[in-house]
Amino acid sequence: MDFKDSPEQAAFRAEIRSWLQANATAKSAGGGRKDQSDAYEDAKAWYKKVADAGYACLNWPKQYGGAGLSDIHKVIWSQEVANYAEPDGYFVIGIGNCGPAIMHFATEEQKQTLLPPMASAETVWCQMFSEPSAGSDVAGLRTSAIADGDNWIINGQKIWTSGAQHSDYGVILCRTDPTISKYRGMTMFFIDMNQPGVEVKPIKQMDGGAHFNEVFFNNAVIPDAYRLGEVGGGWGAALLVLMNERLAIAGVQPDGFPEFLQLVKTLHIDGEPISANPAVRERLAEWYYKHAGIKASTNRMLTAVAKGGMPGAEAALGKLVGAVMNQDIADYAIQLLGDAGVICEPNIAEQQAHFQKTVLFSPGIRLAGGTDEVMRNVIAEQVLGLPQEPRADKGLAFNEIPSGNQSR
Amino acid sequence: MNFDFSDDQKNIQDQARSMLAKECNSSVVRQVIDTNSGFDEALWQQIIALGWPAISIPEQHGGLGLSYLELCVIATELGRSLAPVPFIASVYLGTEIIKAAASEQQQAEWLPELASGEVISTVAIGSDKSSCRASNDTLNGSKSAVLHGMIANRAIVAASDEQDELQLYLVDLHHNSIQCTTQNSLDPSLPRAELVFNNTPAIKLSGTLSAKAAISRVFDRAAVLLAFEQVGGCEAAIDMAKAYTTDRYAFGRQVASFQAIKHKLADMFVAKELAKSNAYYGAWALSADAPELALAAATARVSGIDAYYLCSKENIQAHGGMGFTWEFDCHLYYRRAQALSTLLGGNPYWKSLLVDRLLAA
Repeated sequence: MDFKDSPEQAAFRAEIRSWLQANATAKSAGGGRKDQSDAYEDAKAWYKKVADAGYACLNWPKQYGGAGLSDIHKVIWSQEVANYAEPDGYFVIGIGNCGPAIMHFATEEQKQTLLPPMASAETVWCQMFSEPSAGSDVAGLRTSAIADGDNWIINGQKIWTSGAQHSDYGVILCRTDPTISKYRGMTMFFIDMNQPGVEVKPIKQMDGGAHFNEVFFNNAVIPDAYRLGEVGGGWGAALLVLMNERLAIAGVQPDGFPEFLQLVKTLHIDGEPISANPAVRERLAEWYYKHAGIKASTNRMLTAVAKGGMPGAEAALGKLVGAVMNQDIADYAIQLLGDAGVICEPNIAEQQAHFQKTVLFSPGIRLAGGTDEVMRNVIAEQVLGLPQEPRADKGLAFNEIPSGNQSR
Repeated sequence: MNFDFSDDQKNIQDQARSMLAKECNSSVVRQVIDTNSGFDEALWQQIIALGWPAISIPEQHGGLGLSYLELCVIATELGRSLAPVPFIASVYLGTEIIKAAASEQQQAEWLPELASGEVISTVAIGSDKSSCRASNDTLNGSKSAVLHGMIANRAIVAASDEQDELQLYLVDLHHNSIQCTTQNSLDPSLPRAELVFNNTPAIKLSGTLSAKAAISRVFDRAAVLLAFEQVGGCEAAIDMAKAYTTDRYAFGRQVASFQAIKHKLADMFVAKELAKSNAYYGAWALSADAPELALAAATARVSGIDAYYLCSKENIQAHGGMGFTWEFDCHLYYRRAQALSTLLGGNPYWKSLLVDRLLAA
């Protein structure tokens, strides 16, 4: 048991350390958080710079814009870049989810055309699974793709699509046969987001931001060449994408602990350091062991990956624990600050109003990418092997299943 | 990075697990509880024959000279099987305190008997020092809640000397000056005793480390090892809850198919998994003798205590009324969780240590 790099890994770490030192922005020089469109432009510029240096998608083959290295090289990169104020995880959904879908299902020619600009973020991708009537029950989706000669005609609506407003392409899961059971009637495609029949509308979130979108399809026509995998094989393809997501987001889920520790170390109330307050210390201890436990769990998972495995469903615990913690820490920090806690002005609120932003944004993280409740089901069923709930949609054709809100 | 146990260590764990599954089912634990016998002697002899007490003792003192990692995997299995043996008292505490606080010469004299299993040692180092005083190589005073005090041959006792300094002393528990009384406790399979010393001959441990520093080092090491015992116990409790709720039907379906139960079990799994990962990090720090051990040990300890309490109480809940009976084993894990959490000081003590160490890091 050790945390040592192999000689080859140590050499690689030294190489990227010196590259980052020369090319990345130090955290101290960060100057606060950026607004949404600036952050997007910054992220595009950073990804391009990384790609030009040959460090984009380290674990992808070279001919597809990667560096032909292993998952562990990617992990070493993530560890090192985390020391800088660069938006290195900005396009994680496109690259981490859509990338493997293209890599696995597209033709050789498509891979060579589509993947290198995806790796350098010159083209941006989004993933379109969720729908108004298909949230936790994502296989309940009803956006239809109907065959028309060598084309498919797409109609329907997606929702909660991260970054769709910036995306050039999207991976989309459609219903191709509503007359058979729901899991067998889906097919995966990719689509040009700028083509006729595709309309993106940002969703104004409860925190005022607009990270997520609705996407409407109105007779959008795509060639059969844009199909990813077999007709009817969409659910299997989606599971493969989601499995890759576990690795892509390993260790990058914020849990709020570093910011809380910084607050506890610096904040005084009535001249007393809050680190001496027994109630604060109790919380600090509990959140620290959860924070440390998530980190150590990630390292166990990465060790398994280094030996050639894939992350298992137990990876769900990082999101389940981290997302709730992030929200609770933000609330607690605000309570500690008293009246000042409600002030959102970045120039006067602690840590550029990190806690105020987080308390409003964190409810979304507990929902996105699988709700807390779905994560518990995943652990219960896929890790512990407990039986599924009896289901009312079993044995029915998709078009016989009631779904969505019935009163609106 | 290789954040996992080696194949050899996993083999040791597998062997320990199958031996204990065979030799230490719950009727063995219940026999100790029902008869107040303190420990299962046959199981203890088998553990000695396998050399487990000798694992972390250096070869020159008759031990196997293996790393703490081997001890960690065995601890998991002892915790899983609720083994009613003085392993915690004699190995994690009794042996380790001699390694930390005794002189070279004392170690050469005392460690071989611990490695061979001839001697069972315990410690009385946790409670306040004022309860025992030493002068002219004799001890007076008393110690309560001494783990396996009624079956151990020897104890290392913390007492204040003539200068009111805390010191550690080795005492032969068979000496007729000692009154030993078994105390009723929450977990009679890890029994406690009161020891009263009346001019009892005592040998001062004369290593280079101060008594306070030695105790702190031993507690940190034991905290990691106990965390593995707690993880083993959590896994057993989760397995039990899973088996019962999968087998039992209510409202015409498996109880385990209700989300209220599935989510409960998922929460138990998550707490256990965090504790396990924190224990792994503690194991690394322990085996590498890394400066990170202080914080890692406190983290593993607090995480392990919380996880075992959660898993053992919710296992009762998942069993419904049957979980509240003497007949079902749920209470054995619940009792063990209480016993393990209070050794070395309870949850608030370790949380406070964790925070001190975190803020100093």
